Amino acid sequence: MTDSAFDISLTVNGERVRERVDARKTLVDFLREDLALTGSHVGCEHGVCGACTVRVNGEIVRGCLMLAVQCDGAKVETIEGMSDSGEVADLQAAFEQRNALQCGYCTPGMIAAAQDLLRRGGVPSRDEIREHLSGNYCRCTGYHAIIDAVEAVAQARAGGR
Amino acid sequence: MKITDDSPPVLTALDRPNSYIGRSVPRPNLQRLTQGRGQYVSDVALPRMAHVAYVRSPHAHARIVKITIDAAKNATGVIAVVTGAELAKVMTPWVGVLTHLKGLKSAPQAPLAVERACWQGEAVCAVVARTRAEAEDACELVEVSYEELPAVTDPEIALDGKTPVIHASLGDNLCFERKLDVGAVDKAFAEADAVVETTFRFGRHTGVTNEPRSVVADWNEGEQRMTVYHGTQAPHMMQNLFAKHLGIAEHQVRVLTKDVGGSFGIKVHTYADEMATVALSKLLKRPVKFVADRIESFVTDIHARDHRVKAKIGVSKDGTITAFEIDDLTGIGPYSVYPRTSGIEANQVVNLVGGPYKCPNYRAQARVVFQNKNVMCQYRAVGHPIAVAVTEGLVELAAAKIGIDPLELRRRNLIADDAYPTQSASGLKFELLSHHEALAHLDSMMNYAGLRAEQKKLREKGIYRGIGFASFIEVTNPSAAFYGVGGARITSMDGATVKLDAQGAIIVHTGVTEQGQGAEAVVAQCVASSFGVPLDKVRVITGDTDNTPYGGGTWASRAAGIGGEAAWQAGKALRGNVLAVAASILQAKPEELDIRNGIVVDKANGTERLPLDELARVAYFRPDTLPPGFQAELMATRHYVPRAWPFAFTNGIQGSHLEVDVDTGFVKLLKHWCVEDCGTIINPQLVDEQIRGGVVQGIGAALFEHCLYDERGQLLNGNMADYLVPMAAEMPDIECGHVVSPTADSELGAKGAGEAGTAGAPASVMNAINDALRPLGAQPLTDMPFTPDKILRALGKV
Repeated sequence: MTDSAFDISLTVNGERVRERVDARKTLVDFLREDLALTGSHVGCEHGVCGACTVRVNGEIVRGCLMLAVQCDGAKVETIEGMSDSGEVADLQAAFEQRNALQCGYCTPGMIAAAQDLLRRGGVPSRDEIREHLSGNYCRCTGYHAIIDAVEAVAQARAGGR
Repeated sequence: MKITDDSPPVLTALDRPNSYIGRSVPRPNLQRLTQGRGQYVSDVALPRMAHVAYVRSPHAHARIVKITIDAAKNATGVIAVVTGAELAKVMTPWVGVLTHLKGLKSAPQAPLAVERACWQGEAVCAVVARTRAEAEDACELVEVSYEELPAVTDPEIALDGKTPVIHASLGDNLCFERKLDVGAVDKAFAEADAVVETTFRFGRHTGVTNEPRSVVADWNEGEQRMTVYHGTQAPHMMQNLFAKHLGIAEHQVRVLTKDVGGSFGIKVHTYADEMATVALSKLLKRPVKFVADRIESFVTDIHARDHRVKAKIGVSKDGTITAFEIDDLTGIGPYSVYPRTSGIEANQVVNLVGGPYKCPNYRAQARVVFQNKNVMCQYRAVGHPIAVAVTEGLVELAAAKIGIDPLELRRRNLIADDAYPTQSASGLKFELLSHHEALAHLDSMMNYAGLRAEQKKLREKGIYRGIGFASFIEVTNPSAAFYGVGGARITSMDGATVKLDAQGAIIVHTGVTEQGQGAEAVVAQCVASSFGVPLDKVRVITGDTDNTPYGGGTWASRAAGIGGEAAWQAGKALRGNVLAVAASILQAKPEELDIRNGIVVDKANGTERLPLDELARVAYFRPDTLPPGFQAELMATRHYVPRAWPFAFTNGIQGSHLEVDVDTGFVKLLKHWCVEDCGTIINPQLVDEQIRGGVVQGIGAALFEHCLYDERGQLLNGNMADYLVPMAAEMPDIECGHVVSPTADSELGAKGAGEAGTAGAPASVMNAINDALRPLGAQPLTDMPFTPDKILRALGKV
């Protein structure tokens, strides 16, 4: 309930943030409602669809399964931060070129999850890409184009080294 | 990256210099979506905006005895607690009927239940608060006492005399019935060498859009205007409905639709909770936001496909199909959904069964009954997945029975490619289809003979792979025959307004809407091509009833074929206007000029005469230099509606290759193919991605998706952990091929492509599973979804 609020201090996309939040507030609601970072989306609110995927201390998490209060002192990165830094520019370009998104609602989470795989290096197989993205629901594309885009970026990054 | 190569130009009339027709150009609106800068309705926040949460009936059928709201009213943050009786004073009820579906009946439905709740999840009370969380907290303080009533849940007994009638005023539980008897069906069955008869069952499932239904309604008491930010497919339809049921004029309502997180037919209907949200804004004179949560989505987003079809096919030894017969029964919930009705899916099943084949003997019966479950209505490919599974399931069972290869049986019965125009036994009119060419293309694309040889070898090793097919037809580009003639204010027309801005760029307003399918790209391609500018000089604006031409929006695969044609024509009209200005400036004849790549040129030799920015400068800022009496018109509007044919039918065939683990019942999809014919292809990549996405949606229906209800009408799996959707790991790569048979009804010749994948995929997967299991003597599986449990039962293993 609202009487159990806590002060939290954290870094979001490189900016220091200090807010008072309800204990029950999820990370994704905090990002969207308190910080107006609406690039992270809410799809199922029970950890299945992956639309709220963000990075906390370098690991991808479900923004709906983590509470904002758990992020006190944490480093949180959302699609807005990853976009502005240019970290996922090649993934974004490949998604656009390959039409690996239609409605785009799953895309920020999908890109965060794909980047998590590609940061490990190497060129994953199509099956490995499918497996890694299997917690991110896309109703529009049928996934084929997404796998194509991620595979192309993996190959490009490997070739560029 | 496997980016589809641009198709070689197949067009002549459309093959203008710098034409974008037939080219896979990226969509102009993607960058903001990949960067998380989209604007979905769930993102919208307005000054003084309140949030509504709904108290929903836990019972499938119950009398509302009393609602006690005092505690909720006094809770922190609560602005208002409103019951159905109060809201009924703000908004009138509606009845979902269409006059051309003769006899279809339904009962009045209110934004919030009044006196009686008719399904589990129906909203009975609204709580408006400063935040959604506070509204939900207060919902728990609303006390509703119910008197539970008997729930009618099984369609099979809905029409029995002993079963309670859900709406006493209707007399019985029959919503709609249709019968058809064409040719000499009994004679054809009697003369057939083999008759196959079986029952197909389709699991009730739903759209599971990633962004749930969302609406922000903002009544401005000072302006006497309602602005509705709405995740919808049909803004003008909703403008009409909001106005009608609030008792205000349409011009007092503005519907704004920017990004929509998935639609698939889910977001083209009237939802009581969305109507209630709009009414609440009027009542409270401030913005009110409603975003369904996932559980609310499962119990209130329209469901579809809950059909039981008894079906029969007759075939002669030489493989000629002699007759089809079906008996379809479907339960559609307690109300026919407004305004498109819940009779359309069954009606489509009757229309479409047997559609690809030249069989003249066809008998059908469809009954649509009320029940106390969530409502059913039109979801992507409406009726097609059912009709195709019934038809193609029967065809492959018949092929197996008389020992003919399933593709060969189709070759002997599909309507010949040179037989057009023609019509189906049910009366569907076909302008031009290409079943045989599509089949031949699929045959070679998938290396059918090779797969059969491999299948045989693997069977010897105890590996059971199956190959299944589905020929299909798809309804696209609907004319007024779909809804307009039945009295619904749902336009089949669409418009585009095109203007030259002061720097020579083109701004397009279109009545079709972007749901992610690429409508903006297609409209931009059409205008850029017919007007003559590079694509980056075209900006498309959609989803605003104050500013876009009146249009139907996105449904029944109409955006490219209808909206694209309007855009093409508008671009042409503006080109004529601009050339008149150019001719005036250049003292030339308009017919000797053209616009290419954003520059006015001599038509004959392409010599550059005048850049568009210079033309715009003169026309807008120095009109005094133009001849007296000459007025530049730098904006043009054109509309288009199909007239020659009620629908532009498309066709195609799908193939599924899969492996069944006969010990666990698991199905592994190996590959999927689809060859389709949507006429002129404006953007090959977008067509392929519509097909792929549609196929996977159909695979979901075949293998995973099922809204499971108990006999009391309680949904048992209303969450994404228990209701399974297709995820990346289980899905196959999908290869697409095309045949191009343009419609002559429009200059572009484009038909729709949005539903073909979903139409054929369930049937081809079903047929592949049965093909895999046939040597093991399994009973054919005809009860979707085909879960491991059902497969093991068919194998006699459990």
